[in-house]
Amino acid sequence: MSAAEITPVGTQGAAPEHLGGRGSWFKKLPVVHQVRQSVGLQRGMLIAGIVLVAVFVLVAVFAPLIAPYGWSQLRSLDGAFGAQQAPSAEHWFGTTVGGYDVLSRVVWGARTALLVVIVAVVSSIVVGVLLGLVSGYFGGWLDRLLVVVADAIYAFPSLLLAILLAIVISGGQSNMWGGIFAAALSITVVFIPQYFRVVRSEVVRIKGEAFVDSARVLGTGHWRIMTRHVLRNSTRTLPLIVTLNASEAILTLAGLGFLGFGIEPTAAAEWGYDLQRAIADVTSGIWWTSMFPGLAIVFTAMGVTLMGESLNDLADPRLRMRARSSKVSGDVAATSVEKGDVA
Amino acid sequence: MRFLLIIPTVFILVTTVFVLMRATGDPITAALGGRLTPDQLAERIHAAGYDRPILVQYLEYLRGVFTGDFGTTLSDNRPVTEVLTTYGSATLELAAYAIVVALLLGIPFGMISGYFRDRLPDAVLRILAILAYATPVFFAGLLLKLVFSVWLGWFPVAGRVSTNGEIAMQMAGADSGFMLVDAFRTGDPAVVLDVLSHAVLPAAALGLLTAGVFLRLVRTNVIGTLGTGYVEAARSRGVAESRLVRKHAWRPALIPIITVAGMQVAMLLVGAVLTETTFEWRGLGFQLAEYLQARDFVAVQGIVVLMAVVVAVTNFLVDIIAALIDPRVRY
Repeated sequence: MSAAEITPVGTQGAAPEHLGGRGSWFKKLPVVHQVRQSVGLQRGMLIAGIVLVAVFVLVAVFAPLIAPYGWSQLRSLDGAFGAQQAPSAEHWFGTTVGGYDVLSRVVWGARTALLVVIVAVVSSIVVGVLLGLVSGYFGGWLDRLLVVVADAIYAFPSLLLAILLAIVISGGQSNMWGGIFAAALSITVVFIPQYFRVVRSEVVRIKGEAFVDSARVLGTGHWRIMTRHVLRNSTRTLPLIVTLNASEAILTLAGLGFLGFGIEPTAAAEWGYDLQRAIADVTSGIWWTSMFPGLAIVFTAMGVTLMGESLNDLADPRLRMRARSSKVSGDVAATSVEKGDVA
Repeated sequence: MRFLLIIPTVFILVTTVFVLMRATGDPITAALGGRLTPDQLAERIHAAGYDRPILVQYLEYLRGVFTGDFGTTLSDNRPVTEVLTTYGSATLELAAYAIVVALLLGIPFGMISGYFRDRLPDAVLRILAILAYATPVFFAGLLLKLVFSVWLGWFPVAGRVSTNGEIAMQMAGADSGFMLVDAFRTGDPAVVLDVLSHAVLPAAALGLLTAGVFLRLVRTNVIGTLGTGYVEAARSRGVAESRLVRKHAWRPALIPIITVAGMQVAMLLVGAVLTETTFEWRGLGFQLAEYLQARDFVAVQGIVVLMAVVVAVTNFLVDIIAALIDPRVRY
């Protein structure tokens, strides 16, 4: 395992001179590189994940153009929408018990989810990586303390921790940006230990490498060694955790909303909250109020998970499908691509 | 030495909950603020001791936690310990059903998936497993409810037992809190069937979520051991393929599976909170959601502390079990 991990570090360190000659920068981009590396079923899953995530991001970004109504709109020029209306030409996905248009809330909900995921992932990376770097590099009592605290927080059931933080940050309910930040920060605290642990263990390993020693011998400062030599080599696994965390963030946000700790319906649309409002509808056979927000969560979380899983498999040599053997038997590879797409 | 870490872990969890819950103020203002006059509020706060120095309150809270005294709920004036014991059994029962479902589905399908690695059965099973993971447990619950209770009418919509069953249990004096045990004690097969039919959908919803995790876990580990030399050796000796997976590849894969399965207890508890809310299954999770709505943070604090400690202790026990099974993991 360790031999497999060290090799890419070495080649990356030597890469800059050769980079220009090795093909375009495009092929070196994180996800593009993996797509090229993958074969067969894994490529199918990776591409399916990328497509789902792309649809989610596009819907979120262009929500104002796609959504027929506002997220808290109750009436159009023709009068009130009415509550619990079945899907029709005016309301493709029907209306909710509160009289909102389900399609519009699903579309705007994508924007809320995307904002929360971005804020949560970025802030937990920044804090987690910084803590992991300092803790692993300097060691000592601070390191030991942080490790114990991170382990304890890591063991804390994530949704419960998020609930507590939502109470602290916003008292449970709030306006759009307040709610988005409350939800995102609640999720952030849950994720910080994960980044902390991964980065710290990499830093501890790399700190002992010869190139760090030689940098120190040359009189390089701590800060420069940390950022230039150690950090750059300890972030390889981060993209995997980011994708796995992003799906967990979407599910945690929905869970918070489902327990009534989401964002108020007038402030923004949130899928989990809409599902909570739909529990009673299900009992009376009204399916459209729960089906569409629920499917939106499933497709989004699934897209992100498919991406994360495939990237994870590609990074693990035990699980990576071997391109060489499938090139020899070209037919097998071709059929398995189709299988992946069909399934 | 590593095992001693459980003590600071539990201490940090308990302290974290206290700090977070009191960071915004006292629970009485949170629950009743706006409904009482400032004078009445101050009086209630003083009576409950929330105006004392925070350190004194913290020490008292610690003593309470370690002697099993979590205070009294604000919304319905019950000792939190009573709430925990009354509803804890329901959550435990649901979690047990879910684990059974998860093991029955996750292990065999995980083996199949690992054996047919990267072929059609594997592709289908893995995508189903990812689907199970990506589906929020409450949405899965709502879907199951919609299809099997509302449209097909096969199972009850919500609850743990019908009114008739409850009366039969009360007459038989069965009140252990574990519905299935109580149902058997009434000696009436109709009651047992009633309890089981209430449990099917919640158990399926929560079990599917966990089964997806087990499947992926078993798959990865079986793939790892199938590639080893001794499996090849066994194959060359003519051991049947099915036996190869079930006996040879499975055993060494068991240790990481147990370790990670133990970690799933946290996910299972969180899932139980959401499943119980969906199915009005009156357990700790259902109560937690109710108390959250009522802004009764004394009760919330008690339930959260208990769940966090249960998870920490389970992880600790799993570590020990893993060490006992595999001599290489001894610390």
